[in-house]
Amino acid sequence: MGNYLLVTIQVDMHDRLAMALQEDLTQMISDTEARGVLIDISSLEIVDSFIGRMLGNIAAMSRVLDAETVVVGMQPAVAITLVELGLSLAGVRTALNVDAGMDLLKAAV
Amino acid sequence: MAIVSSENLPIHAEIDIVTVRRRVREIAARLGFSLVDQTKMVTAASELARNTMIYGGGGSMRAEALNGPRTGLRLIFEDKGPGIPDIGLALRDGFTTGSGLGLGLGGSKRLVSEFQVSSRVGEGTTVTITRWK
Repeated sequence: MGNYLLVTIQVDMHDRLAMALQEDLTQMISDTEARGVLIDISSLEIVDSFIGRMLGNIAAMSRVLDAETVVVGMQPAVAITLVELGLSLAGVRTALNVDAGMDLLKAAV
Repeated sequence: MAIVSSENLPIHAEIDIVTVRRRVREIAARLGFSLVDQTKMVTAASELARNTMIYGGGGSMRAEALNGPRTGLRLIFEDKGPGIPDIGLALRDGFTTGSGLGLGLGGSKRLVSEFQVSSRVGEGTTVTITRWK
């Protein structure tokens, strides 16, 4: 079993900060040879198309680097809004909370 | 219908989009919007503020709290950018002239009660959204 990275997003990110997270995380996966990435977004009050795209990009980039990504903790109001906005987060695995996300990661890698 | 409060916020930099989100959340909460309705309005505002910045070259948002007989929140995004030649096309999901997902305009429309775009090529664009409580 390899390393896991746990990312908790706790601030309302402006767009460049979201891009920086995407790049830093991809670099970190490579540096640590992580096999799994868990992203906790339970503090996020909205996910708009930009943040949604960032989550999709992280999932795609980590997959290319042979790591699995699971996004956990999305608030129900955020999920409702995201789907009405037209974003389904295709290709992004999700779980209700950190524990369920870790179970999913362990099963996947 | 009466406007009970009105304020203007500039949209010129990425950090202004964060300020827009925070302020829209505060006003919607003060008006008694449900958490889901607050989230929809904040998300629509985030998309439209980003459009104002990226495609309009910057501009502003006016927030109007409405009352009597219904309580609502109206947001007016204004820029003096290049304008939108074909609004029908711009509203279509997946259409973008930038690097985004093309969900901003059409997606925002689905999150609000009323949605209006007026645009003149070479003069600018105004997008008005309203959500009733």
